[in-house]
Amino acid sequence: MPVVLENLGKRFGDGAPVLDDVNANIGKGEFVALLGASGCGKSTLLNIIAGLEAPTSGALEVPSDGAAFMFQDAALFPWLTARENIELALKLRGVGKAERRTKAQELLELVHLGAAGDKRPHELSGGMRQRVSLARSLAQDRQLLLMDEPFAALDAITRDLLHDELERIWKETGRTIVFVTHNVREAVRLGQRVLLLSSRPGRVVQEWAVTEEHRTDAGLAGQLTGVITARLREEIRRHAK
Amino acid sequence: MPSNSTPLAESEPAVEPVRNPEHVHAALTRTSTGKEDLRELESGLDSLQSDAERKHRIDWSRILLPVAALVVLVLIWQFYVSLGVKRRDLVPGPLDVVGQMGVLWNEGKLQEAMLTSLQRGLVGFLISVAIATPVGLLLAQVAPLRRAFGPLISGLQVLPSVAWVPAAIIWFGLTDATVYFVVFMGAIPSIINGLISGVDQIPPQFRRVGTVLGANRIQMALQVVLPAALPGYLGGLKQGWAFSWRSLMAAEIIAVGGTIGFGLGSLLDQGRALSDMTVVMSAILLILGVGILIELLVFAPIEKRLLRRRGLLAGSTR
Repeated sequence: MPVVLENLGKRFGDGAPVLDDVNANIGKGEFVALLGASGCGKSTLLNIIAGLEAPTSGALEVPSDGAAFMFQDAALFPWLTARENIELALKLRGVGKAERRTKAQELLELVHLGAAGDKRPHELSGGMRQRVSLARSLAQDRQLLLMDEPFAALDAITRDLLHDELERIWKETGRTIVFVTHNVREAVRLGQRVLLLSSRPGRVVQEWAVTEEHRTDAGLAGQLTGVITARLREEIRRHAK
Repeated sequence: MPSNSTPLAESEPAVEPVRNPEHVHAALTRTSTGKEDLRELESGLDSLQSDAERKHRIDWSRILLPVAALVVLVLIWQFYVSLGVKRRDLVPGPLDVVGQMGVLWNEGKLQEAMLTSLQRGLVGFLISVAIATPVGLLLAQVAPLRRAFGPLISGLQVLPSVAWVPAAIIWFGLTDATVYFVVFMGAIPSIINGLISGVDQIPPQFRRVGTVLGANRIQMALQVVLPAALPGYLGGLKQGWAFSWRSLMAAEIIAVGGTIGFGLGSLLDQGRALSDMTVVMSAILLILGVGILIELLVFAPIEKRLLRRRGLLAGSTR
């Protein structure tokens, strides 16, 4: 199990707990969608798994080499070209200079950007930037890839395409992916399992398995989306005054 | 890159049978039919969403407008002088000043003063950069140091560096050391401050990316923080140069004699001592000219290139 979360809790200062008693197991090569309304501590949970923040209670087990991370905005360095951004990730990992070149080109081709390597981030569209960002997180070469709403800011056409793209790359690379989103459709489209996180405090309240059937049968997928949406709304309604 | 005109319908004869044709609207299921289809779709979208490349042409207004402004100012000056309001030896005309510059050139004084000052200014500035950059990075990255020395550095920037001239003369006598000391006290604090404010303006996301990518403290400073702060740092360098040049002139005007060479400031002071207004005006114009030249030939191209590469030039009036 690359990721094991046991009774994980997090609070900032004296405030109410953001996460409380979170339990989850994520297996090797699994694609897990972490779903929740805004303010449910999804990003905090991801930061904890990434080691960017420490939990205040409970225990967690993560791969010793850490995790790759992909942010909502591509967060590419504007002073570097697409290729150099990827090469920097390789460099900070200690990859030698000659190997960096070939590896970066391979990764660019993996995300179908083989010809755009010399462009700078501002010359790329939002979807292309996010693909470079994906290539950069793959360059980190960690088994575990954490994604924090990476497609939230993209237009619908681009997002649909990137869903296909991400699924393809996941299958090709065998990564373990934890994908945070507040979009039920996206969770159903991508995850093998969908974990629903409650809000204030965040806690895994229910999970659903998404089968290969759901990938091709829109009716089935729509049904599951409906069920999860209803459950999510129930969670949100609890906070009505 | 294939053109974006590839019709979507072409890729419809699916590799994989699609059970429910409405899936495209729902986008809950796979929307492409295979790797090739996906590549084609993406490449089409990429070319639709990217701007066409624009060619850069020489913009003549950039050259003609400043020249025109200069000509107008000189004409106004000449017009004022020819009105004869003031005595000609108090307010010389443009032609008198140009004539005087010619005389100074023939005597070799102009070249000597320019070279001496430029050399000192550049050497002083470069040493200031070499000192201020590591100090600035250190202050920006280490919070206790910043809190301790930040106010002092800001204060030093406000203190006119001319104020150091008397002290420097007492410590170092009338030597080049005095001049350089004053230049350092002018340039170093403003470069440090520019670098610090550049670092302050870095989006926090960049540091998080650095952390996630596994950068250690030194890598973070050199690979992430310094390049991210470059626009602010460059602003600091520009100001640092301006302060170097000003401090240098102040020092040269006040500290004359000894082993201190003959610079533009010395020329200015000599003009004052001889009550020769044409020499004074020549020196002032030369000092101004050097400042403008360095800005146009050194800083402006660097800054423009920096901003264009980061996509920050669009919509500016530069």
